[in-house]
Amino acid sequence: MDNLHLDQHISNQFNADLEHLRTQFLEMGGLVEEQVTDAVRAIETADGALAQKVRDTEKDIDRREVEIDNECTLVLARRQPAASDLRLVLIVTRAVRDLERIGDEANKIAKMAIALNDDGAAPRGYVELRHIASSVLKLVNQSLDAFARFDVETAKAVVRDDSLVDQEYRSAIRELITYMMEDPRSISRVMNILWALRALERIGDHARNIAEHVIYLVHGKDVRHMPFKQLEETIERKNDGRK
Amino acid sequence: MHNTLEQKIPIQSPVEAPPMAPANENRTAPHTSAVDQETAGVPFADNPKFTMRDVCVFYGEKQAVFNVNLDIAENEVIAMIGPSGCGKSTFLRCLNRMNDTIGSCRVTGSIALDGEEIYSSGMDVVSLRARVGMVFQKPNPFPKSIYDNVAYGPKIHGLCNRRVDLDEIVETSLRRAGLWDEVKDRLEAPGTSLSGGQQQRLCIARTIAVSPEVILMDEPCSALDPIATARIEELIAELSRNYTIAIVTHSMQQAARVSHRTAYFHLGRLIEVNPTQKVFTTPDHHLTEAYITGRFG
Repeated sequence: MDNLHLDQHISNQFNADLEHLRTQFLEMGGLVEEQVTDAVRAIETADGALAQKVRDTEKDIDRREVEIDNECTLVLARRQPAASDLRLVLIVTRAVRDLERIGDEANKIAKMAIALNDDGAAPRGYVELRHIASSVLKLVNQSLDAFARFDVETAKAVVRDDSLVDQEYRSAIRELITYMMEDPRSISRVMNILWALRALERIGDHARNIAEHVIYLVHGKDVRHMPFKQLEETIERKNDGRK
Repeated sequence: MHNTLEQKIPIQSPVEAPPMAPANENRTAPHTSAVDQETAGVPFADNPKFTMRDVCVFYGEKQAVFNVNLDIAENEVIAMIGPSGCGKSTFLRCLNRMNDTIGSCRVTGSIALDGEEIYSSGMDVVSLRARVGMVFQKPNPFPKSIYDNVAYGPKIHGLCNRRVDLDEIVETSLRRAGLWDEVKDRLEAPGTSLSGGQQQRLCIARTIAVSPEVILMDEPCSALDPIATARIEELIAELSRNYTIAIVTHSMQQAARVSHRTAYFHLGRLIEVNPTQKVFTTPDHHLTEAYITGRFG
């Protein structure tokens, strides 16, 4: 059976098309990761120039989303891909939208950084921001890693850990609300931190979406909108059936 | 920044599959001798039209088909796909004993139509081939008129003798084959005067005229242009309401469009049978996946 070449299409051009799609996706992923990192640092260090750089890069991200979507359309039209190839193209169209939304949220965080520079630093919230940002950045990094290596275990960890981020976010909000009640003069400045926290929580959700897409790619099972336990069971069942 | 690693989507390596239980408990399944490769997916059906167990086909000393176990359900369209030389056409020709016409060909195992063994000595092969009709790759109308092409079968099978009954059968068959409107005003014209697509529909009408239960199609659209192909595919969907259809095709897209289940053959073995949408999105077997994604052919 050695002449089967199971990992390579007979068409080299098809191999190249799919490889190019993956490369473009990961490049966009790297760029988006950098955007989130820069936006959070811009708030922490009150760096207006860095915040502006994030806002300026936003257009590049939008352009890449359109380009990658176009490429996916071309592959579908020309190759009529089946099975794993079809799932790959489908999830790239879905995940690229999640990447673009992460870029949008990073843009919002950068806007908050600029607002905080204008209004003055918020008296509270930076610790929570740093903590959640670090967790969320890890989620984004791991979701892209899971895609690069088609790694279901990493993808599962991202789905699981996003709910922890959601919990952290809710308790951070409660803290900040208490603080605003204690000192109403701080409200408008603390609100900027709140919006930044909200954006980070949304970024975590998008990273989770990307992880769910990776699971669909590898196992052919759509695990969106499922509690984690059910997701695990679905993957276990899938492993029993395949030859 | 993530580097592009040389990672491919993992194609699952072969795993021991649990033994398949026949769905029809009343039938005693003959002992299956193939332990090295069980067919993945759902090869069996409830109330099957055809049941095949341990079917092997030999051309002289050379074995072309190895231990195929499969049911074909009534009114289903089952597509058989696989690379050239994988045995799918050979297997198809067993179902109406067309392989009898090949001297060196030998068939073993059990093939039953409605529970009746078709290779038993008591089976009337001529009436079998009326019940299980066949449409071939190259349209082959008789050198007769359009009318006589369709009427020939019913006449020689003694299905009817009166002109008015024959007229009715010819019209019904041509209508069912989607050809009536195009030829009703020239039924005396020779069958060979029609276009390729029309000739193929004439052959389908001819097959239908003897009231078959099963229609076998061996790459029926290979010689046709895309529009004629699309019309025949539409026709297959309509025909499956009244007949069971087994179609061998080289076009995976065609299998995906027309069939309820798809069977993948590889080097004479039945590798996988599954509902068509499953085969083309998440096939069970890595060989099926490799074939349909164009990783080998």
